[in-house]
Amino acid sequence: MKNLFQKLFAYFDSRLMLSTIGELAKKKTIPEHKHSFWYYFGGICLFLFIIQVITGILLLLYYKPTMDSAYESIQFIMSQVKFGWLIRSVHSWTANILIGAIFIHMFSAFFMKAYRPPRDLTWITGFFLLLLFMFFGFSGYLLPWNELSFFATRVGTDIAGTLPLIGKALKSFILGGPDVSGATITRFFWLHIAILPFFTLLFLGLHILLVQILGMSKPIGFPKAKVKEVPFFPNFILKDALGWMLILTLVGILCVFFPWELGKKADIFATTPLGIKPEWYFTFMFTTLKLVPAHFLFIEGELLAIFGFLIGGLIWLLVPYLDRKAAMEQKSPGFSLLGLIVLLYIIIMTALTYFHPNL
Amino acid sequence: MKKSISGLVIFLFFILFVPFHTLADGCIKCHKELENALKAPAEAFQMDVHQKYGLSCTSCHGGNPEQEDIDAKDDSFKGVPLRKDIPELCGSCHSDSLYMRKFNPNLRVDQMELYWTSQHGQLLKTGDIKVAVCTDCHGIHGILESSHPRSWIFPWNIPSTCGHCHSNKEYMKDYSISVYQAEDYKQSVHAHALLEKKDLSAPVCNDCHGNHGAAPPEVTSIGYVCRQCHPSASELFSESPHKEAFDELEISECEACHGNHKILPPSDEMLGTGEGAVCIECHDPESTAYKIATTIKDELDDFKSKMLNAENKLQRADKQGVEISEARFRLQEAHTTLIQVRNLTHSFSLDKIEEKIKEGTNVIAEVSEAGDSALKEAKFRKRGLIVATFFIFLLAIALLFKIKQIEKKIPQ
Repeated sequence: MKNLFQKLFAYFDSRLMLSTIGELAKKKTIPEHKHSFWYYFGGICLFLFIIQVITGILLLLYYKPTMDSAYESIQFIMSQVKFGWLIRSVHSWTANILIGAIFIHMFSAFFMKAYRPPRDLTWITGFFLLLLFMFFGFSGYLLPWNELSFFATRVGTDIAGTLPLIGKALKSFILGGPDVSGATITRFFWLHIAILPFFTLLFLGLHILLVQILGMSKPIGFPKAKVKEVPFFPNFILKDALGWMLILTLVGILCVFFPWELGKKADIFATTPLGIKPEWYFTFMFTTLKLVPAHFLFIEGELLAIFGFLIGGLIWLLVPYLDRKAAMEQKSPGFSLLGLIVLLYIIIMTALTYFHPNL
Repeated sequence: MKKSISGLVIFLFFILFVPFHTLADGCIKCHKELENALKAPAEAFQMDVHQKYGLSCTSCHGGNPEQEDIDAKDDSFKGVPLRKDIPELCGSCHSDSLYMRKFNPNLRVDQMELYWTSQHGQLLKTGDIKVAVCTDCHGIHGILESSHPRSWIFPWNIPSTCGHCHSNKEYMKDYSISVYQAEDYKQSVHAHALLEKKDLSAPVCNDCHGNHGAAPPEVTSIGYVCRQCHPSASELFSESPHKEAFDELEISECEACHGNHKILPPSDEMLGTGEGAVCIECHDPESTAYKIATTIKDELDDFKSKMLNAENKLQRADKQGVEISEARFRLQEAHTTLIQVRNLTHSFSLDKIEEKIKEGTNVIAEVSEAGDSALKEAKFRKRGLIVATFFIFLLAIALLFKIKQIEKKIPQ
């Protein structure tokens, strides 16, 4: 048996350079310090993404992306397919936990100034991954074709429609027509299972490759000599696995005690129900749009808020090049304060959506 | 050509606008400057449906609105019409189909004719001027279209309009009828539908008593009044042995069990022989009908209890997150059967009721089974979670030991 394994290893090693990869893995180390905890969120995101892929593929076996059968097919998955309820709940719960983990990963990287060159490209690919996963969430939310998702999509795309010049064309392109319809669900489905996964794999591959090449960033002000280095394999990966198990247990508890609800089937002729809101990770933008005054000087308030988010996003993306102090390994409290303000803004606006829905 | 068009425009202007302008001005202009009772009609008339169609004060009161001197004699002036003359005054236009079709060809023109057949009309003929005339129900100067929600004869205002006289003890003391009809009606299932749910199809006073030809329905005709809206129950009743018996005893059909003005929401307690049951009012405990009534009630209660039990199972499973929409849809069928059974009680046929209950019981059995398997599934999920968590926990412990072991090897 051992002989057979050695033969197989030798076969693949001669073709895939497994020994070389193994040697590299042995040499790879991770800095260990008081903020090392935050490093694990990258691995958690990857783990959740793998769960998303597996459960997504399984859902594809029964899901039908049409206006007439989308809801019924999910209903079928949840009631008739063996463990269908579990697959669907795991998919929905992990999607939300994944976005949360990405936010934590992003803010921890921001506060540790991990974006500073040469890891600027790691930050940029990470930023695009966040956008891609938000698009995943937006497109996936509509797929069950229930009342909440239908109207949330309508509200969300109406916002896109307010953009000057391109607004109407953009809305029409997203929806495949003037309103949410059968064409929208087909578009969102292909976006969710083909286009977004393609770009995600591309950016994720690049992101992981950059992490492997450049290694983990140490926080500014930590003298190199004083930071302990631990082997990535097996020390770090085992701790990572421990975190994955905790997440898996959490997902299991959520799925059994709070299975993801299906709600009522969307009725395209019904009026928008009260209190409709997008998924939680969009609510800080949604509440901002509700709170801005109708007009600010000569500009429409809603438009101003949209431009605010676009410019804010651009600044966030380019922060590795704007934070000159961090680039020179110097502390930059101004950017830490900026990050804190952004974080507090997101938390407050999200909380307002849920605690004061009638704002 | 141009001249003739200009001439036509001027002519049309004078024909269409000048007369109404002048008419409106004369009476209303002066009365608006007066106070209280003399000013009110002029103000109220601005909202009046008659004003909308171009009628003026003179249409009812006569007189010449162009006459400036109010003290000067004008033979055409009628002043305030007498109550006894009001039906004829309104009828002079409203019974004239040729005249009325100018405004609304669909409007009925038999109101006055019907009025004289009503209790009100009959009494008015005898000289009783306390009875209702047109203006008591429709208003005087601010008459609104019947479809206007503030109109006195808009469905949800009718109980108050009728009750204005019929609930007034002092006013009604000369008549030997109850003064609690409006109060009773307001507690009824019909009033709940009309006043709470705003269901304009719910019956009000005039739907049973008629409007212009208002009179209480005869004992024998009450069933016909109710079946206008409840045809199925009435049909079942007509085929039942009760129909003949009620006719013989001169008992009014629906009213005997459901009451008249205070028709409360029907309950299953009206069936059987317990407290609140209406059957025992006529049937002796020794009679077969009494036993049938007991059986119907028992079987209905048993059906409801089975349905409730199945519903509880589904609710419990739903709370635990198991998808039960199909079973819930089937339960709707059982609910429909319950409604059908309740309706069938008007046939008083045990066979028919039992057959329907059997149909529903089969459905409930399926739903109950679905509920059981959903609860079983919920239990299975929890057990599965415990087992999975246990193994994950074991693996985590093992990992933790391994990590500790490896960390010991790292030089500090």
